[in-house]
Amino acid sequence: MVENTGISDIVKDENLVYQKTKVLTDKVMHYCPGCGHGTAHRLIAEVIEEMDIQAGTIGVTPVGCAVLMYNYLDIDMQEAAHGRAPAVATAIKRLMPDKYVFTYQGDGDLAAIGTAETIHACNRGENIAVFFINNGIYGMTGGQMAPTTLSGMKSSTSPYGRDVQMMGNPLKMTELVAQLPGTWYVTRQAVHTPASVRKAKKAIRQAFENQKLKKGLSLVEIVSNCNSGWKMSPVEANKWMVENMFPFYPPGDIKLEGKMVGKE
Amino acid sequence: MKELKLMKGNEAIAEAAIRAGADAYFGYPITPQSEILEYLMAEKPHERTGMVVLQAESEIAAINMVYGGAACGRKVITSSSSPGISLKQEGLSYIAGSELPCVVVNVVRGGPGLGTIQPAQSDYFQAVKGGGHGDYRLIVLAPQSVQEMADFVDLGFELAFKYRNPLMILTDGALGQMMEKVWLQEQKPRMKTFPEWATTGKTPDRERNIITSLDLDSAEQEKFNMKIQEKYRKMEAEEVRFETTDTEDAEYLLVAYGTSARICQKSVRLARDKGIKAGLLRPVTLFPFPKKILSELAGKVRGILTVEMSTGQMVEDVRLAVEGKVQVEHYGRMGGIIPSPEDIVDALGKNFLK
Amino acid sequence: MTEEIIIAGFGGQGVLSMGKILAYSGIMQDQEVSWMPSYGPEMRGGTANVTVILSDEPISSPIINRFDTAIILNQQSMDKFEGSVKAGGLLLYDGNGITRHPERKDIRVYRVDAAEEAAKMESARIFNMIVLGGFLKVKPLVKIENVRKGIAESLPERHHGLIPLNEKAVLRGMEIVKQVFEPETK
Repeated sequence: MVENTGISDIVKDENLVYQKTKVLTDKVMHYCPGCGHGTAHRLIAEVIEEMDIQAGTIGVTPVGCAVLMYNYLDIDMQEAAHGRAPAVATAIKRLMPDKYVFTYQGDGDLAAIGTAETIHACNRGENIAVFFINNGIYGMTGGQMAPTTLSGMKSSTSPYGRDVQMMGNPLKMTELVAQLPGTWYVTRQAVHTPASVRKAKKAIRQAFENQKLKKGLSLVEIVSNCNSGWKMSPVEANKWMVENMFPFYPPGDIKLEGKMVGKE
Repeated sequence: MKELKLMKGNEAIAEAAIRAGADAYFGYPITPQSEILEYLMAEKPHERTGMVVLQAESEIAAINMVYGGAACGRKVITSSSSPGISLKQEGLSYIAGSELPCVVVNVVRGGPGLGTIQPAQSDYFQAVKGGGHGDYRLIVLAPQSVQEMADFVDLGFELAFKYRNPLMILTDGALGQMMEKVWLQEQKPRMKTFPEWATTGKTPDRERNIITSLDLDSAEQEKFNMKIQEKYRKMEAEEVRFETTDTEDAEYLLVAYGTSARICQKSVRLARDKGIKAGLLRPVTLFPFPKKILSELAGKVRGILTVEMSTGQMVEDVRLAVEGKVQVEHYGRMGGIIPSPEDIVDALGKNFLK
Repeated sequence: MTEEIIIAGFGGQGVLSMGKILAYSGIMQDQEVSWMPSYGPEMRGGTANVTVILSDEPISSPIINRFDTAIILNQQSMDKFEGSVKAGGLLLYDGNGITRHPERKDIRVYRVDAAEEAAKMESARIFNMIVLGGFLKVKPLVKIENVRKGIAESLPERHHGLIPLNEKAVLRGMEIVKQVFEPETK
């Protein structure tokens, strides 16, 4: 461990080109190397710092890999029961309308057990931001099939690949909620390349900024890899994600300022 | 100024919530308690006090909205009836595990399953033993009149905040639907400052607040369990509430709460008219349960009859408190049937005066 | 004084609101009151009943199955509640649609043909107030000015224009109620 004094001896202010945002704590993250969660956390923290809304932001964490998110962000946070984050966030926002409120949810949380809460918070047009990490698998519990697991994709509960006849189809929750009049901004992003990270950060910023407008819910899906769950190296996982996940979950804006993209 | 009204129990709860300075109500319709949400919507509490009222998409969503609001340090209330209360159990466990205060009203109907919409007291176990997963308790208040339906909302918030614990008002369809005179308290202002643990936004002068019931470290989780158990022991020492009727010279003791206790008051009179020296103990708090007074009275009477609109649930706690000192029997009706005062006197006779 | 009353008839006859006005009238003269309805599917068109208790002392059980007075407005309720009147109590009924008239000889029986009268007065909605008038003539439990206040309290303000009509109906009920049977007093 390098002492801070030691670092400041080496890193002079004039040489400083990058540092961790103060909204992230010093706690070492538990995520697997190469996982998208760490990057997504950092982007949210950076946006909070840049908007200077640390005191004005309440986050709601899910059940899943990000269950311990409150250890990493230096803001007030609530841990919601599995799938219930949009209901929890609804109450926070209704009681403190001037605060910035976000949920951070995985695919099992948002698109399976919490489907009702997700759809109804979107449909009511709650003025919150929902960050949806889609890696097509239940990472925390050891790689079981998720609602977003691709057809043919292997998981511990679809060991021979997802048979859609037997197990149902992968669910495009993001496209689904974009249809609802209560959503204002719906986009799908990724965090696997520097360019995609920059775009994802802009989307996250937009989702926070939108809360000032009071026009409805902003949902940012981030397609991520789960290299442990997928049983690949991080590099292989990102390549597999681009080749297999992106065709079914294509990155890009789906709804901007309350209007579906590409439709007049 | 206090105000006298003729109100249904359900309406009294709703009006009392506004006057108690509640910040929010989240609920989902179910008979026989939908008047609570209907009354609140009609009263526009947002205009009266700024209180938030929202019809959620389910009881599950409603209780999690309660969680979110309570975690912000706000006074939040929800209500439902038996099947809906079952759906709320997950949330209640999280609320207890996160030490959040809130008031939950259960206007009980007969079960199991979809059951009936008529009154019952068959959710006693669920209310007083925890209800959801894990070792926790709710404080449970059992009103017996429309007046108490109103009064216990304010008392409920006071106790819930005192102990950082969810509190249940356990009532039933009869009390929810009946009208009586009720004195309503003056409007209390809503809170302007909030507990230091609340997630109101991390200001530079304090550490961040985290509301969670998760601790992956077993040693820490055990410590937390011991901490909340201490809280429950404190409630047992300080918050037991009960009422007695004609117990001084009683030879036979009825034990009943809520609607059953009201009926038993009449049964005591009818029994005494017949020369049977009956008395009544009414637990007002079902958790903490009035064990001490029961133990004392058990030494003085010849028999105890619990009267519940169930197959006999509270009777188990009565027997535990009495520790075999005296015979304890149960009389109850189920499925939405309410026993009459005469039925209870007959049951007393059949059990003890053969 | 404690008076335990059941009012029973069809949903839509104003059974519940009649009970409510009676309860409010009791409050106006500082009495304790309770109003306990049957609720559920029968609210929607089938039979409806409400137990009203007026008392000078705190009311113990709001749920009872023996009554000082039964006000009966259809045959089903006659079959169900005639036997529940305490000996020496009162059974008041509207003869409209009644095929089996009361048979007991240990209770007072009175009849108020309110449905017929309401038709004559060209307002079906005041039917229940005519019945209430009939009851208060036989058992003057509450003063007429308190009934007036009770009506005002239980009607929404936008319907306060109807108070005089309701009051007229109560007075008319008092006029048309008739004795059917009085048991001999020992």
